[in-house]
Amino acid sequence: MEEISSSIKKGKPVAVEELSASSMFLDERPVYDEGYDQESKTVVRLVSPKASNKPYRVRGIDDVAARNNWKGWLYLAPVIILVAVFLIYPLVNTIFIAFTANYQYATGTFDGLTLRNFGYILGLVSKSADNPGAMEVYFVRYAIPNTFIIVIVTVPISTFLALIISVALNSIKWFQKTLQTLFFLPYVTNAIAVGMVFSVIFDDKGIINYIFGLNMNWIQNATQYVAMIPLCIYIVWSSIPFKILIFLSGLQGIDKQYYQAAQIDSCSKAKVLWKITVPLLSPQILYILITSFMGAFKEYTAVVGLFNGPGTSGKGDPNMETIVYYIYENLNSNTSAAAAAAVFLFVIILVFTALQFWASKKRVHY
Amino acid sequence: MSEIAKTAVAPKKYIDFKDVVVNDNIVISLEEAGQTTDAIKKAEKVSKIITTTLTYIFILALVALVIFPFYWMIITSLKQNTEIQASTQTFFPTIVMWSNYVHVFQVFDFGRYMWNTIVVAFFSTLGTLITTIFAAFAFARLKFKGREGVFMIFLTTMMIPGEMMVISNFITVASFRWIGEGQTLLQAYLAMVVPFLTSVFYIYLLRQNFKQIPNELYLAAKVDGKSDWSFLWRVMVPLAAPTLISITILKFMGTWNSYVWPNLVTNSPDYRLISNGLRGSAFVDVDSGQTEYGYQMAATVLVTVPLFLLFIFFRKYIMRGVGRAGIKG
Repeated sequence: MEEISSSIKKGKPVAVEELSASSMFLDERPVYDEGYDQESKTVVRLVSPKASNKPYRVRGIDDVAARNNWKGWLYLAPVIILVAVFLIYPLVNTIFIAFTANYQYATGTFDGLTLRNFGYILGLVSKSADNPGAMEVYFVRYAIPNTFIIVIVTVPISTFLALIISVALNSIKWFQKTLQTLFFLPYVTNAIAVGMVFSVIFDDKGIINYIFGLNMNWIQNATQYVAMIPLCIYIVWSSIPFKILIFLSGLQGIDKQYYQAAQIDSCSKAKVLWKITVPLLSPQILYILITSFMGAFKEYTAVVGLFNGPGTSGKGDPNMETIVYYIYENLNSNTSAAAAAAVFLFVIILVFTALQFWASKKRVHY
Repeated sequence: MSEIAKTAVAPKKYIDFKDVVVNDNIVISLEEAGQTTDAIKKAEKVSKIITTTLTYIFILALVALVIFPFYWMIITSLKQNTEIQASTQTFFPTIVMWSNYVHVFQVFDFGRYMWNTIVVAFFSTLGTLITTIFAAFAFARLKFKGREGVFMIFLTTMMIPGEMMVISNFITVASFRWIGEGQTLLQAYLAMVVPFLTSVFYIYLLRQNFKQIPNELYLAAKVDGKSDWSFLWRVMVPLAAPTLISITILKFMGTWNSYVWPNLVTNSPDYRLISNGLRGSAFVDVDSGQTEYGYQMAATVLVTVPLFLLFIFFRKYIMRGVGRAGIKG
């Protein structure tokens, strides 16, 4: 005992641990030289006899777990295998394929590395040097503009609407839960099924034309920009529920005192909304903006549900194609171009996400 | 010293906003801009009622817009095709065509698609639960070298759009010979299930849940001589049951709604899932060859109703799970 106490004073490496129930009953603990130090009221142990010159902290739970290195990896093994094969390898491989010429997915063969695929999807060069006629026009003409229209139109509208609805829902007493549930309904639907419903609603003989006395082609044989209207309405409709859910839970976490203070200062409702609610909700708003930008850039099923194909007039002219639609269309026949489009999309999403984080630094209150 | 403390906490007295009669001669009347307090109070009450009413009108109008597609789906599914295509639209079918639902089974093989979907959903959900529980346990409870590093890599993969992986996964599955000429039903199932046997997001979700389980329970189990394995299944899994139910339902909903991947990896329409069947079927009248919107909408009702039933019974788990996870499928 005295030996240990003196070793502390001399500054020799020892392990010190508080005497607690947890450290007393652990099974299979290694044997250490130990004793109870009256002065500091702690159990004092000399470290593992083999490496007694190294300090070693002994704590109940780490004590057992630290020797279970292999066990942790064993529990993780199935997930690591699956993630490696279906998540990390594909990511690397897709980037690789984007830089290969004429990749054949069935055999895995390709004709060297190239940057041509990116030029090809952007309509700058032909698919290969010896085939100058094979130019891609649809990606620049349809996929990029359509995707950006969807992003720029639907994200602000749906976020703003969801915010207003959430604030309204949060301010009422009766039937709050019921109404919240009703607003959530579009989330629990099949995107293809409801897309088909919207195409019936916007049919040239449908209810929208009837109510507004129009004779428009919204879906079949519609022009690119007209067909964007039902598509964007559908995307806003289907993306609002999730946003309301997140905003409402954020609103319910805001301290009521802020509103009482505003009431005493007789602030207007609009001022309360912009000066109190929005700043305090800014973490949720940032989260919603990032996820919905990502979602809008990846829009695909809404187009399939509404138009049953890449265009408003069958397969001929893919005027409703989005970037993701382009990827899936070319996956089989032109794998390199599809991979290049995927990398293109990935870079755009990364840039947008980085921009939002950068912009949020000043405005988001955590 | 104690005197000061007393006065500091002494309750303050407020004057109620009423005319206060001090004695017979003096009446203190609190007024603002020439109005009596009663009038102000009344005006405030009225404006509150107006605001509340307007809020309800606003919310109900938007609810009507949100609900309308569902209403129109059901209504159209019960109409005759001539009524759907008529120049005057009706908000209720003149003749209720229950027979649409009978006819729809002739052009839409609901039973087969339903069965395929249930098989794929069952196995991918089961696999996800097992792998997720193991991984979340390792991340939340066990300590080993490299744990934080692996977890960081996992978190980073959540930021990457899934479309990046689809191309290579398609190639991988093709190299396993699960797709291509002469694909069997088993191969189709494997191609639809195996890539979705785990989910990084659910691992993250469950890990957060496991972390909330106090250390003392683990230590108590250790004292009783329980192994990690039995602690996981006897203590942690039952305690995390709500999260596991959320994961199960969301995963099932994800399979029910999945369209792209099954479409890519199956050769025969017979192997596909419910969304593919819905979009892939041509809803034409068997006799006339015309597109029947009534059949089409009846089919969408058949696809939507199971989801609604699920939502009615598990609303709490779905909304909580979505609120935390924030993704579909």
